[in-house]
Amino acid sequence: MSDAGSGYLIEITYLIATALFILSLKWLSSPTTARRGVLAGEAGMALAVIGTLLQQGIVNYQWIAIALVLGTIIGVPLGRVAMTAVPQRTALSHAFGALCVTLVGTAEFYLKAPDVPPFTMSVLSMEVILGSLTFTGSLMAAGKLQEILPQRPITYKGQNVVNLGLLGVAIAVAAVLAAHPEKTELFPLIVLIPLVFGVMMIIPIGGADMPTVISLLNSYAGLSAAAMGFVLDSKLLIIAGALDGASGFILSVNMSKAMNRSFSNVLFGAFGQEQTAVAGALPARTARSATPEEAAGILAAANKVVIVPGYGMAVAQAQHKVRELYDTLTKRGVDVKFGIHPVAGRMPGHMNVLLAEADIPYDRLLDMDEINGDFPQTDVALVIGANDVTNPAARNDSKSPIYGMPILDVDKARIAMVIKRSMAAGFAGIDNPLYYLDKTLMLFGDAKSFVGSLVRELGGAQD
Amino acid sequence: MKLDLVTSLYVFMLAAFIGFEVIRRVSPLLHTPLMSLTNALDAIAVVGAIILVGRYHEHGAQLAKVLGTIAIVAATSNIVGGFLITDRMLRMFKPSGQIKKS
Repeated sequence: MSDAGSGYLIEITYLIATALFILSLKWLSSPTTARRGVLAGEAGMALAVIGTLLQQGIVNYQWIAIALVLGTIIGVPLGRVAMTAVPQRTALSHAFGALCVTLVGTAEFYLKAPDVPPFTMSVLSMEVILGSLTFTGSLMAAGKLQEILPQRPITYKGQNVVNLGLLGVAIAVAAVLAAHPEKTELFPLIVLIPLVFGVMMIIPIGGADMPTVISLLNSYAGLSAAAMGFVLDSKLLIIAGALDGASGFILSVNMSKAMNRSFSNVLFGAFGQEQTAVAGALPARTARSATPEEAAGILAAANKVVIVPGYGMAVAQAQHKVRELYDTLTKRGVDVKFGIHPVAGRMPGHMNVLLAEADIPYDRLLDMDEINGDFPQTDVALVIGANDVTNPAARNDSKSPIYGMPILDVDKARIAMVIKRSMAAGFAGIDNPLYYLDKTLMLFGDAKSFVGSLVRELGGAQD
Repeated sequence: MKLDLVTSLYVFMLAAFIGFEVIRRVSPLLHTPLMSLTNALDAIAVVGAIILVGRYHEHGAQLAKVLGTIAIVAATSNIVGGFLITDRMLRMFKPSGQIKKS
């Protein structure tokens, strides 16, 4: 896409930018080098953009300048949202990325048609279809996360048939266009149908499925950008899109495993199927509850404590109180760690960001595989705002709908304490046998105020 | 440069493999910053939008200008916002030694 002479310079600029992008992700692997990774990414981006402005035969700078300024004005506040709002910000940025790709693809089509070879047309269709459905899908996800839209999943009979049918029609139209690119009147269909599909795809999704959905949309956004790279013959764009697509793909697989969903289920976005009715007649069981004084006494006597936070902790904004508890216990010589389930929170890794913001050192934040071996030697496992991810039925009750889902083995600790508002079931709508174990103490109340009273009882109140 | 789709397919395949290998090594601790960073990098699509708006087109220039300008705005906001928030998040991750005792 460049003229012969100066073409080499711009290609080398893009080559360096590509290398910087790969280094950027490589350095992100550890918290000690991660910020260098951001710098590398910024440098690569700056090189690519400046190189493009100078070397690509640009004749009209006025609109570009206006757009760059406007984008910056919108981008800065989006970079400064509260950490609790990061999931919806991420969904919104997937929507923006997809919007960019869709608009460029649309313009490319009308500039090139009817002179589009079949392969290019197919990739262009893929770019526009993936872009459009990611655009509306991500807007819907952001709306649900921001609670502008109802978070409750809406399901109806034949939903998957309707959705897959819509997608099928869009692909059929794309196939016709690949053979007959001169039928430009068909093109709006491969934008509009996926736009509708994106909305329909997210309607049946509930809050707890959001980590999977956000990862999946991330993957789609990456793939559509890679497709755009094919259309524009830009290796840089193909590689950036492939990296983003791979990242979203890996996260989707992680999340689907952690949610006990099959991979095909994730690929086709068939989430939120009606939960199978749960065994009705349960024997009357009793749970033991404890007061803050009793709980604080047990914590004070412990050597090792593992805190298991869930989305409930974020909802109650309890993370700073949890930090005070961590400080108080650590000061008393108690070894405190955090056990984080992959789907805790509303996006991959969300809990870690919230706890890091509350100044809890990252070497205390352990993921499920790292912490599970520790529970048998743990005196107290303190569950704050998590439910299904601690349900031992997933391990030992083959009839349970969540059977097979990997869980945090809090029931293997000497004592399990659960801070919870009431005995109500979690997202999956199933009872948690953990609560009825002899070793379990229920601590009823709001997470923030209960942890606050624990801190007071332990004599570490700071105000 | 002539469109070479086979080369592009090879590039895509190799990049996907590199992506898998590199990203598999990212600790789950940093999965949120990972997503915001890849999102910012993905906004490199802005390059395509800039070329679309800036180049001379014999016909369809108006459409290219309007769609391309919106595309640049969207991508730029991802670049600026994505890098900003990733760095903000990463600054919060501190090891035990670095957190001041309160």
